[in-house]
Amino acid sequence: MAATTSDAGTRRDFIYVASASMGAVGAAALAWPFIDQMNPTTAALALASTEVDLAAVQPGQQIIVKWRGHPLFVRRRTPAEVAAAKAVDVASLPDNNARNANVADGAPATDANRAIKPEWLVLIGVCTHLGCTPTVSTPAIPEGEYGGWLCHCHGSAYDTAGRIRKGPAPENLAVPPYAFLSDTRIKVG
Amino acid sequence: MSGPSTYNPKSGFERWLDARLPLPRLMHDTMQTFPTPRNLNIWYTFGGILTFCLGVQIITGVVLAMHYVANAGLAFDSVEAIMRDVNYGWLIRYMHANGASMFFLAVYIHMFRGLYYGSYKAPRELIWIIGVLIYLLMMATAFFGYVLPWGQMSFWGATVITNLFSAIPVIGTHIATWLWGDFAVGDATLNRFFSLHYLLPFIIAGVVGLHIWALHVPGNNNPLGIDVKSPQDTVPFHPYYTVKDAFYLVLFVILFAGFVFYSPDFFGNPDNYQPANPLVTPPDIVPEWYLLPFYAMLRSIPNKLLGVIVMGGAIVTLVFIPWLDTSRVRSCRFRPLMKQFFWAFAVCCVLLGYCGAQSVDAARFGIPLVWVARIASLYYFAFFWLIMPIIGLIETPKKLPASIAQSVFGDNAATPAE
Repeated sequence: MAATTSDAGTRRDFIYVASASMGAVGAAALAWPFIDQMNPTTAALALASTEVDLAAVQPGQQIIVKWRGHPLFVRRRTPAEVAAAKAVDVASLPDNNARNANVADGAPATDANRAIKPEWLVLIGVCTHLGCTPTVSTPAIPEGEYGGWLCHCHGSAYDTAGRIRKGPAPENLAVPPYAFLSDTRIKVG
Repeated sequence: MSGPSTYNPKSGFERWLDARLPLPRLMHDTMQTFPTPRNLNIWYTFGGILTFCLGVQIITGVVLAMHYVANAGLAFDSVEAIMRDVNYGWLIRYMHANGASMFFLAVYIHMFRGLYYGSYKAPRELIWIIGVLIYLLMMATAFFGYVLPWGQMSFWGATVITNLFSAIPVIGTHIATWLWGDFAVGDATLNRFFSLHYLLPFIIAGVVGLHIWALHVPGNNNPLGIDVKSPQDTVPFHPYYTVKDAFYLVLFVILFAGFVFYSPDFFGNPDNYQPANPLVTPPDIVPEWYLLPFYAMLRSIPNKLLGVIVMGGAIVTLVFIPWLDTSRVRSCRFRPLMKQFFWAFAVCCVLLGYCGAQSVDAARFGIPLVWVARIASLYYFAFFWLIMPIIGLIETPKKLPASIAQSVFGDNAATPAE
């Protein structure tokens, strides 16, 4: 009888541990649908692309269009602004990463790596700090010290290539995937 | 203090009920005969006031939910319809919006009272920690609620706060996307925030139950910070403190009504009467006043991750106060040094709030406010992590009275007249 009792004990222990483990695995498996339901739906994931007509944009002007819920900056830079962006020593930048979906990952943040055509700068208008929309700087109404953008929320200043120069934002403004369909038309996304 | 029950069921029905669901016994012991220190002052009435505030928010909130539409295309208009078309909708919404500010006003007084009189010290550590949890839940609820009218401040406040999570290395952006249910704040975000805004007040109510339960084990602290030693030190909760609480509640409601009826948008931001526009950020994003000190800390740190850590750390720090204070004496009344640092801390919090309300590059008297905020943030952390432990060890406290009754009646009043 003694042997049977100890046998029954270990068998019972096994059943306890096994059923508790199965219960835990089941609960964890069921938790996932309840977590994942909060992620973007398939409708939101469906890649949206936008075409932008550039014909009306004047040198020194920026237009804002909406792309995947975010503001998109399309800025026609003046030669002076391009020259200012090219003159920067990239090694001195807070973020020396092009952040450009159209060039290789981790490419240096040279002006050439930031714009497909130097005249046209296409950026996602979301401050890399906490997501506000930075305000564009013009010679008439300067915003920040670097001629690009200033984010009024927390004071991040970007240069004329959309690179972070000062303030709490950790990264350059991102360049979305885009292509020129013609000289005056781009497709973003 | 939660000694044997003194409930004595009188009628047959009460005896029947007491043997099955002793709810009248619970109410009798916690709200009627509960022995309470006889020297509680005005600052101890805010617990009751806070319970009232939670009730107001839940009742007005349930009503507002009957008329509100949680949809990015309709939310703003539905709030305007509540203001203009729903019968008394303006009153109920202004009660709810100002009620949130009143709730935070009361909770800050309640917290500073606990800090001043050492109410977090043993054996009341858990009451304090549960209180910090309630404060956190209140901030989350207020944030979700502020998003619902879907104005410019709603939208951009939601954007900035949810982006705080993107500071977390590696998984940060995934967490932000998960919170949004999209790649930016949008309709999916609004819907889930509404769901959570409706849920959390009931969670708060549950945690408030724990807060009061934990309070009723050791009983109230008091302005002297000394333990209750004899029945002479206490009075029954009813009628002494029910009446005192009710009196100050009436004064509080007068203030509340003053805002609701005479300056209903005093705490509001005019930008929030513009519908949300994902393409234009308002020139100055300012959170509601009760979050300004933390916002000032966030802005004063020129590094994203560090700023978020400092802001979160400022709240997490509160949890450790019971162990950071090394003093044997609870109340600042008997702590001449700590008293001064306490008031400096209060000034520091107000200063942080002021800095948080100004624009990023503002300066006063030639001093950039960002530096004022940096020094005030430094003092905030130094107060808890350096000053509290050190002062507790080096300070010589004043002599404590022998008992609460002695301090109230003087030395020769052995049997006070009731």
